[in-house]
Amino acid sequence: MWAFLATEVMFFGGLFCAYLIYRLMYFGDFGAASKTLDVKLGATNTAVLICSSLTVVLAVWAAQTGRRMMLVGNLALTLILGLAFLGIKGIEYKEKFERHHVPGASFQFQEKIPGHPDQNANPQHAQIFFALYFVMTGLHALHMIVGIGIFVWLLLMAWKGRFTPEYNTPVEMGGLYWHFVDIIWIYLFPLLYLIDRHP
Amino acid sequence: MSAHSTSSSLKTYVAIWITLLVGTALTVYASGLDLGRFNAGVALVIATIKATLVALFFMHIKGTSEKLTKLVVISALFFLLILLGLAMSDYATRAWT
Repeated sequence: MWAFLATEVMFFGGLFCAYLIYRLMYFGDFGAASKTLDVKLGATNTAVLICSSLTVVLAVWAAQTGRRMMLVGNLALTLILGLAFLGIKGIEYKEKFERHHVPGASFQFQEKIPGHPDQNANPQHAQIFFALYFVMTGLHALHMIVGIGIFVWLLLMAWKGRFTPEYNTPVEMGGLYWHFVDIIWIYLFPLLYLIDRHP
Repeated sequence: MSAHSTSSSLKTYVAIWITLLVGTALTVYASGLDLGRFNAGVALVIATIKATLVALFFMHIKGTSEKLTKLVVISALFFLLILLGLAMSDYATRAWT
């Protein structure tokens, strides 16, 4: 499982690298584009994922100590929090479509560069920001959907009482995956939402 | 894997959870301040602290007796550093106008 997560680090690492390069190249345009994201929704989603990480770690603990109902309850809570994250993400995506901030033929962007009120941001460069935004958060959301699938299966197995203090490796592996996806979001949130927010 | 049967590990989990939530609030607050070029640095330091807490305590890297786990984690970070380090040193030394 750890080896798989190491490959995932490189998978996302390439995207983070692309983001860093374009951020430095088109500094002001990325700042202007980032300012249009909803920080409240982003911060809420960060808190939702952190809470889900707590329920996951409690589920792992419950599995290792043989507490079946605590395990089932925490797995169910994790699923609810995961779905809440995707729901909030969906609201954000919908807003991007409404404001024509989705890269493509109908892309429109007219914002000032932060700190330069007389200068319009280059829409082409802002489009690169939104392309990276959708690829990075989209890939993250895909990982969330896979995680939800894994946790539905864990929940069914836990309900049947398959996990015991002797046999609980699937819960632990699923937990590791969930925490990893959480860590990715911990980096995505400041990089996408919080750059150039200050006045 | 080691058994976490004591209630002290539950307390640790809750403490880490609260720290992570405080860190999130802190990074949102700090992004509203004008720290000049340090804004990005502060945000990344807070994110790294949060990620490290998740890895050490929630993913049980701290306290694991498995050396292979530590080896894989360290090598993953090492290669990520090579990826970012070499790519950035290339772009940072080009003459962009």
